[in-house]
Formats: sequence, structure tokens, C-alpha cells
Amino acid sequence: MMRLPVPPALARILALPLLALLLAVLLPAGAAHAQGQADISAIVAKFANDSYSDTTDALVELSATGSAQAAAVVEALGAGRLMFDPATKAVFIRTPAGVVDAATGAAVANPPANLSVVRANNRVRRAVDAASGALSLLNPDPVRRSEAAAAVFKSRDAAALATVEAAIAKETVGSVKEALEQARAAILVGKAEVPEAVRLLAIQKIIARGDQEAISLLRSLPADAPASLKAAAEAGIAKVEQNLKFWAVAQNVWYGLSLGSVLLLAAIGLAITFGVMGVINMAHGEMVMLGAYTTFVVQDFIRHSAPGLFDWSLAIALPLAFLFTGLVGILIERTVIRFLYGRPLETLLATWGVSLILQQAVRSVFGPTNQEVGAPSWMSGAFQVGQLSITYNRLWIIVFALLVFFALLLVLKRTPLGLYVRAVTQNRRMAAAMGIRTGRIDALTFGLGSGIAGIAGVALSQIDNVSPNLGQGYIIDSFMVVVFGGVGNLWGTLVGAFTLGIANKLLEPFAGAVLGKILLLVFIILFIQKRPRGLFALKGRAVES
Amino acid sequence: MLGLLGQATKGFGALAAAAAIVGTMGMGVAKAQETIKVGILHSLSGTMAISETTLKDAMLMLIEEQNKKGGVLGKKLEAVVVDPASNWPLFAEKARELITKDKVAAVFGCWTSVSRKSVLPVFKELNNILFYPVQYEGEESERNVFYTGAAPNQQAIPAVDYLANEEKVERWVLAGTDYVYPRTTNKILEAYLKSRGVKAEDIMINYTPFGHSDWQTIVSDIKKFGSAGKKTAVVSTINGDANVPFYKELSNQGISAKDIPVVAFSVGEEELAGIDTKPLAGHLAAWNYFMSIDTPENKDFIAKWHAYTKDPKRVTNDPMEAHYIGFNMWVKAVEKAGTTDQDKVIAALPGIKQANLTGGVSEMLPNHHITKPVFIGEIEGNGQFDVVWKTKDLIPGEAWSRYLEGSKSLVADWVKLNCGNFDTVKNVCLSAAK
Repeated sequence: MMRLPVPPALARILALPLLALLLAVLLPAGAAHAQGQADISAIVAKFANDSYSDTTDALVELSATGSAQAAAVVEALGAGRLMFDPATKAVFIRTPAGVVDAATGAAVANPPANLSVVRANNRVRRAVDAASGALSLLNPDPVRRSEAAAAVFKSRDAAALATVEAAIAKETVGSVKEALEQARAAILVGKAEVPEAVRLLAIQKIIARGDQEAISLLRSLPADAPASLKAAAEAGIAKVEQNLKFWAVAQNVWYGLSLGSVLLLAAIGLAITFGVMGVINMAHGEMVMLGAYTTFVVQDFIRHSAPGLFDWSLAIALPLAFLFTGLVGILIERTVIRFLYGRPLETLLATWGVSLILQQAVRSVFGPTNQEVGAPSWMSGAFQVGQLSITYNRLWIIVFALLVFFALLLVLKRTPLGLYVRAVTQNRRMAAAMGIRTGRIDALTFGLGSGIAGIAGVALSQIDNVSPNLGQGYIIDSFMVVVFGGVGNLWGTLVGAFTLGIANKLLEPFAGAVLGKILLLVFIILFIQKRPRGLFALKGRAVES
Repeated sequence: MLGLLGQATKGFGALAAAAAIVGTMGMGVAKAQETIKVGILHSLSGTMAISETTLKDAMLMLIEEQNKKGGVLGKKLEAVVVDPASNWPLFAEKARELITKDKVAAVFGCWTSVSRKSVLPVFKELNNILFYPVQYEGEESERNVFYTGAAPNQQAIPAVDYLANEEKVERWVLAGTDYVYPRTTNKILEAYLKSRGVKAEDIMINYTPFGHSDWQTIVSDIKKFGSAGKKTAVVSTINGDANVPFYKELSNQGISAKDIPVVAFSVGEEELAGIDTKPLAGHLAAWNYFMSIDTPENKDFIAKWHAYTKDPKRVTNDPMEAHYIGFNMWVKAVEKAGTTDQDKVIAALPGIKQANLTGGVSEMLPNHHITKPVFIGEIEGNGQFDVVWKTKDLIPGEAWSRYLEGSKSLVADWVKLNCGNFDTVKNVCLSAAK
């Protein structure tokens, strides 16, 4: 996550002031810097050995030199642009402008043809982070400095201590200063030659962080640490864990809300087709799946013809998914379901057949493998509330589920279509006698339910695989929510979805994912025994028949 | 027919092949004398179609190749494709249909362990041959089955060794989908880790249902487990589709491969084809083959695969290589036996050598498993794997794990002992004793 995705051009601009700053800081070590050029070329040559341990060693040595060219080499390695010639063992950096010599930064006129990339594995990547952390602590960009401080906190690289201290002295941004001080504390805690009092202070600094990283650091205190230090660390761990317990509950509730919103999205269309109309619609999951594939098609089109619109792809996909799945829904209703009203068993079998046909059709057109649906930039990443990290995609899905829910409520309560739907649901013959074309309303209602399932698919494409099997994963859960909440009642679906979501997530840490789900199903079975009509029972066609 | 419909869009090559099958089947008995039939038993619809359709295509390609070379014993090979539709009992039914109705000489198929277990009685009863191309949990050796995928000692154990030696991992999360393969593999791994001196509190075992998509709680548990001050890694036997949301959640919660690497046994090129792999870079997979391995044999195979599917983006993967090895071994065994008679081919197979695609020569062992190299690859941004470690030699597959009670004393040897589970302590063949 900390791969420093800075464009090379920017890196070069940054490198100069960095060099100046480093020179200022490292004046006491200036003597060493005088032979910097010779040193770094000897170190850089190690990259040509194509051995992970040599590469890691070279990185550690590079970060100790503190030279600007070293920063460029580290950066290039992290980005996979550090090359070497297998024949001559010369090392180069590939830049957009051309190939430059890694040790000197001088342009190479005729680079060898068959350059190989210096390979990186996880150990090397960690070393790159640590090295670039140490090398960019004095970066002019506060975000980079903050990242660098976090990298040093993680690597606890004792060699970076002088630079960290210099950076603290210069730092003006409060949050970065805090991060730097934590990084300094992380280094000091592990150093045996540091006075005990200083190490105790450092422990307090780490405890103040109050997160998992702090516990991790305190637990890895060296075994030969003085007893007072160990006691302070123990006390600190207990304190932080107490604090984290509270956040763990908050986190489970948040996860529950998030799962609840997914359940709500999946079930809300079914609340119309099954809840309001009473059709046991086994093809509901496939409507969700079609919505997700619509998103894929829209994104595919945008990628090829208008990449600039990518962040809008979901907004564009929403109406299209609604229209497309709505039309498919109307088609299914007109050709299959309308002949089967009042025959639940036949409806169940017929819609199940339809679901198989739709799955196989999608499999034939798009292939059986997953399709890639990308996340727009505003849905990626996370932010921190206390010790709770909230990811944007989950947050937006909760917001979106509630929006869809209230929009649907508005349609049913405030529009003529909603009025007709309710009339037909409550008393079909009376509605027909009043001049409502009940057949047309049936088709439109089924289309509405299917369309809503389609836009749920747009949202679910962000968190699940877009494959022909997408719908199968949601059909059981959807029925569960609608039955639990009360057939025919939208509010029941809302309450049911969030209740089941939160209950599931509170059970999961104790019972595990498999047993948690079983317990939940047992609970619903018992609940339905007691209240067969769910949380909120309502009169409707399902009740009459 | 649904299965054939599925192929129709796979490009004209597959369509033509499908048409050829229908055509030859239509011509009936007169032509049946001139060809040797080979059964392909892979799901072309349902949940497993995502993985198995590719293997069906690979088999059709291999058979076409062989026919270009003149077939086997002077006869053309003829593929008989059936679709067991990811339905385990249907696997047994379709296997019976292939053997009794189509009279196939051998069957290449199955993916999940439960489908293999479902067809076992059929192959034993009707005495036919099954080539099973997928890595599995071991603890089995049958006379009628040849296991060309990895046994646990050819995938799981080396992967754990790599993490412990190279990444210095001391704490282990064994996460899997709740069914037989992950449960048995994790049992073996747990016993193995304990034998390496890992304490029980440093092992966390977690199972999730099939198709699990809400990983928030589990990933935060892993994060918590990993903050004990010791290097932590996840050994994942999570199956197919559930992997994508799992990796997405890992990157959402800010866990990168640098902090807690995940080594997966069920994630290959095919599974990565549908996702953006940049956030996954550095996570690991253990296989006996990677598409990125640079050998002339592999280059040739990939080129043929692209030409056959008419799609230069199609990836190759480990089970495809297993079919490649298995199919060629069968061809050699048939030629050695001079007949397709199952008993003679079963007897001829052990000892057959076949060059694999990664530069070595695999051999069919008396326990009906094969020797394979083991590779550890790191996921790269382009959906391919960069091999970071490999075994020096080919590892012989062990049917019975030496780390499990009740299994460590067993050996399988169909050549000398004619037994799949010979107890070396009691000196008795358990299946015969029954």
C-alpha cells in the first residue's frame, strides 16, 4: 500500500531539494559523503547479482548513504524500473526519457538490448519501504513524510534515528510530527544502549497510539529488556487491549450494518416481487446478476471509448441496469409468470428454470470466468474513526441501500403507479372493477421489482465476483430477509435486513462464519414457528390466497 | 445440450470440435470400430464451470494434437464430452454413461474431491481409468485412478517451508472453505507445523462457507492475530470464487503482502483473470506449474493453446499441465501395452516418464501419483506469477501423509503390493482385509 506511486519526473524534481536537505542534516557525516559516488556504485553493483538477499543488503547500505541518487535507485527498484545487464552486470534505471546509469544518474546513450528487471519479493519490498522511508523523511510533501514516518515505525530501522530526529526538529505539521515522534519511539524502545528513562517515555508514546500496531511493537520488546520496561509494556498492552475491546464491538456493529445493507439491497427487489405480488421468484438472484453484468458492459464500453468517464461508470450503469433488468422482468412476467398466478409450486419451478436459463445464457455470452468490474476512485480506500477503519465502498453501499429503499417507498406511497400496485395487491377484483388494468400493473410491478434487483447488482458488483453464479449466493439470504421481516412489508425488509446483518456479525467472532450462519438459520426457523408472518405482518394477496 | 450450447461462443475451433463430436456420435456403430474413445468429465455448467470448462478445452486440444500425429495404435482418438453440471451425483451417472454406453478407453475429469469420491465406485465396479488433474488432500490411492495433480507434500508442505525459511513466519493462519480438501490439508499442515515446533497458540484455523463474500470480520481477526509481534502468514485453502472478496477485503483493510503474506493453493492464473491484481502483488501461490515459467516446452504449449482457442489472452494453469502430462502418459502406456484394455494399461502406467512443461521429466509412481517440481510464485500486477522459489528436484507424490496419525504407517504400491493402503506396521493390506 505504501509503494510510493510517484511519477518519475516528479521523483527527479523532488530528488534535488532532498539532496540539499540531506546534506544539511548529514553535515556531521559529511566526510562519508565525500566518497559517496564511489560507495554507491559498489553497492549498486550488488543489484546485478539477481539474488534477493544481495538486493536486500544493498538496500540497507543504500539507505545508510543518504545520497539522492540512492533515493532514486530505491524508488526505481520499488517501481520495477531498476534494470541490469546479465552479461556485464551493469545496473541501470529506466526512465521515460531513456536509460540512465544507476550509480551516477548519467544518461546512457546506447543501453544494452537485453536488460532484465531487478526482481523483488516481499522481503525486498519491505526493505524498499524501509529504505525509502529513511530517505524521504525530509520530503517537502507532508503526505510523503507521514508515509515515511509510518514506514520507519514499521521497520524500526535504527540507522534512520538521526534522520528522524532531524526531521522532528524541522517538522511544522502537527500530525506528521506525531507520526515522526512515534517512529522515533519505536526505534528507541528496542535499543539497549538508550537510557531506561528515555525508553520508558518511548513506551508511553507508543501506548498513546492505542492500536494493534502498538500492541505488536510492545510485544516484540527484546527479551533482555530491563524489568521496569517489560512491566510498562505489559501494562500498556493491557490498557490498549481494553481500549480495543470497545472498538471491537463498534467494529462488529459497523460490519453488521454493512452486511445488513448488502442484504437489504439484495432483498429489496424481492420484497416487491415476492413480498407484494406473492410470486415465489427464484430468478430474483439472476436479476441481480444481470445488473452486475450491465455494469461490466458499461465499464467495458467506457474503458474503450471514454476512459475519462470511468468515475461516472456506476452512475451511468444504474439507469441502464434498471431499464434492462426491468424489461427482462416484464418479459418473464408476460411470458411465464402470468399464467401461473395462484399456483405457487409451479411458479417456483418455472422461475427456477428461468434462473438456470439466464445463468447459462450469461455463461455462454461472457464465459464462465469472473469479469473485472473496477471501483471508481471515490469508492476506493478507507478512513479512520478512532480505531475503526471505515472503507468507502462499504459506506457508499449503506448510503445507496437506504436511498434505494426510500425511493421505492416514495414510489409506492406517492405515485399513481404505487397507488395502483397497492390497490391490486389488496383487492384485485375491486381494483379491476374500478378500471385498473390489473394485468398491466402486474407486469409493471414485476418489472419494478426486477429493476430494483438490477440496480442492487450494480452496487454488489463492487464487493462480489461478477460471475454467472453471482445471483445464487443471494437468493437464500433474500428470501430469509423478506420472510423474517414480514411478507409484503417494506419496513419489515429494512428492519429484517439490518437485524440479521448485525446478529450475524456479532455471532461470527464467537461462533465462526459457518456456525454463525447455522445459528442464524435456526433462530429464523424458530422465529417463523412463533410468528409465521414475520416481524411485521400485512394484509395482501399473499394473505388472501 | 446446455453444455454444447456453452461451447458455441468459445470460438469456432471449439464449435467445430463440438460439432465433430455430435457428428461422429450420430454416425453410430460402424465408425466406432475405427476410433478410440476418450471420455471428458468436466462441468460445463453450474458453479464449477468457471474452472472446469478450460480443462475440457485443453483436453480437446490435446486429442486434436494427438490425432494430427496419427492417433494412437493407428486409430484416431475421439473425444466424448459430457456435462455433469457441477452436480456430484450426476458425475457418477455421467461416468457410468461414458463407460457403459460410449465404451471409452479412459476418462479425464473431475475437479472437486467430492466429485472424485462420487465417481470412484463407478470406476472400480466397471474397471475403467480416471485421470484426476487437480491438487487434492491425499489420503487416497485407488487402482483405477491416476492422480496427476499435487498431493499435499507436493504443494502445501513446501509452501509452508518456504514461508518459514524465507519470510521467517512464526504465526500461522490456516484459512479454508469448509469442505474435505481444506479440512484434510489443514489437519496435515497443523500436524506438520507442530512437528516443526510451532505452538498451538500460534496457529489459527478458520473455515468459511462456500462462496463466502463478507470477509470483514475474518480479515480483522487475522489482522489482530498478526499483531502479536511475530511474523504472520495466511495459508489459504479458500476455494475459487470466495478468494476475490477475500483479497479485496485484505487490501481494503490495509493489509499488504509485506505485512501478512497469503499463500494460496487454489488461486491460479485462471482465477486471477477476472480481477485487478495490483493490490494483490506479493501474495503467493504454490503450484507445480506457472504460465510464466520460461521453457521451450511451455512456450510451445502456450502458443498451441492460443492458436487452438483463437484467443491470445487465454491463460494456462496448473491443472491443464496435469492433463497434458496425464494424457501423454496414457498415450505412452497404451502404446506400450499395445491395447487400450484397462487392466493392461493400468499395469503399464507406473514407470512411464513424460517431460512436463517446466523443464523436468515426471514419472508415474507405483502409488499412481507422479513426480512434480514445486514452485512458489508471487502475484504480479499483470495477473501472472513471478517464481521466487522452486524445489531442486522433482518431488514424488505421497498418497498417505507422514504427519497424520493413522496415515503415516500406510503406503500405496500397485506394482509390488497391489494395494492402495498397505499398513507397514500390521503388514496387511487394509482394503483387502475388509
